[in-house]
Amino acid sequence: MKALLAALVRAVTGVRVGVIDGRPGERSRIYFANHSSHLDALVFWAALPEPWRERLRPAAAADYWGKTRLRRWVSEKVLNAVLIERLAPSRERDPLAGLMAVLNAGGDILIFPEGTRQPDGVMRDFKPGLFHLIRRMPEVDLVPVYLENLCRILPKGEFLPLPLMGAVRLGQVVPGLKEGEAKEVFLQRMRLAVGELGGNG
Amino acid sequence: MDTQLLILFGAVFALLSAGSLTTWILMRRREGEPGAVLLNLRSRCNAWWVMAAVFAMTLVIGKTGTFGFYALLSFLALREFITLNPTPRGDHRTLAWVFFVILPLQYLFAWAPWYGMFQIWIPVYAFVLIPVRSALAGETEGFLSRCAKIQWGVLTCVYFLSHLPMLLYLPIPGYEGQNAKLLFFLVMVTQMSDVLQYVFGKLYGKRKLAPKVSPSKTWEGLIGGGLAATGLGAALSFATPFTPWQAAAMAGLLVLTGFLGGLVMSAVKRSLQAKDWGHGIPGHGGVLDRLDSILFSAPVFFHVVGFYFGDSMARVYPMPDWLSRVLMPFSQ
Repeated sequence: MKALLAALVRAVTGVRVGVIDGRPGERSRIYFANHSSHLDALVFWAALPEPWRERLRPAAAADYWGKTRLRRWVSEKVLNAVLIERLAPSRERDPLAGLMAVLNAGGDILIFPEGTRQPDGVMRDFKPGLFHLIRRMPEVDLVPVYLENLCRILPKGEFLPLPLMGAVRLGQVVPGLKEGEAKEVFLQRMRLAVGELGGNG
Repeated sequence: MDTQLLILFGAVFALLSAGSLTTWILMRRREGEPGAVLLNLRSRCNAWWVMAAVFAMTLVIGKTGTFGFYALLSFLALREFITLNPTPRGDHRTLAWVFFVILPLQYLFAWAPWYGMFQIWIPVYAFVLIPVRSALAGETEGFLSRCAKIQWGVLTCVYFLSHLPMLLYLPIPGYEGQNAKLLFFLVMVTQMSDVLQYVFGKLYGKRKLAPKVSPSKTWEGLIGGGLAATGLGAALSFATPFTPWQAAAMAGLLVLTGFLGGLVMSAVKRSLQAKDWGHGIPGHGGVLDRLDSILFSAPVFFHVVGFYFGDSMARVYPMPDWLSRVLMPFSQ
């Protein structure tokens, strides 16, 4: 059922990730990607080879993915997502706790450090969540991901996806937080790692 | 089944076997790692087997299957075309209409068949709808070129290509029920013309024909490959409504229009800074890289054959009754 859905998403968007370095589960991974469409997490999930797909738990905004029954079904049953509270008043708990639990249990996560979808597909500055995660969990791998054309397939504010071709560009593992590296410097380095995959700095 | 069609399929089978065998021998004789050219040749050969099998199957399973297949090809081609053309958000709804309404209806009118509507659905109705929907979306930047790009994509990938299965309906006195072979003739001659031009160009090519638009095209390739493909067309005349000389002339027309179609699509591709239209067919690139020569030859061939050998399509295929009941429910 899940494999079928993944194959369908791959067929519609034409995305595929080939060989991935390393073995699944050797080290937990934080995939971090640009964000331009509601399809991003679904397409990335579908593009991964099956053993990697099984381990993935994407971060998803609770205010969107928890809203209707269909979205809840997709995010919980298909994507196995970790719902994150983005809205300030309900952020009593540590917002990163859910993601850290996944990493501690040996799983991989996908986050979108821009925080929200960019309507024109141009990347914005990264929010500090990624920095706090890697500072608290230095032994996980950081993998940049560039998602191409998905903002044309399903832009912000549209409900009908177009059958255009997208692409998932998976980068190499990048070095984690360096000794004494400032937050802004680290976030900028991560943003460049994603941008380079898309052919722009 | 038509025995002539079986002979044609057999010939394709023999041709592909010869190609695969040659590639296999070349790979065996070479020591060490096979070069990029050989690897490309092998994946091209393998892809040809699949394409030939699919094409043969559509001719056998009948009209509905054939029209469904070409609707899918149009869809894949248009998808590659629009993906390479960076359309802004303002065109999202317009493109939804193009993919989900305009394209399926063109093939519905073709399959029905309602010849009059098949002819005007895209050049009149769709071409009115496309700029109107984009204007309503309210984005004015690059408006004219955005509309023109979408219209050009629909015209070539959908309208032109839909003339290919329409050959099945072309009424030719004395050739009733055999039109599948006409479709075969077009596809065989156009594709072999491409292959032979490539082969002659590699063997004897010196003078570049259009270095900027398509660097691999040479005069030697065009003339050598074109003459060989014309000869092939003449040899296939037994399965067509043409005499050998007429078949040679029609094949020559396919060579010329196929070459020009390929040249134009290559210019379009290069204006978009791309080398291939996509990566759907291993060794070949995208669907459009294989179809580019057919896009122009299909409508021209359809009308020239119709003019010299056929009956008037408009008279033979007026609006079908079931469609008139849908569109004019209150008239008697």
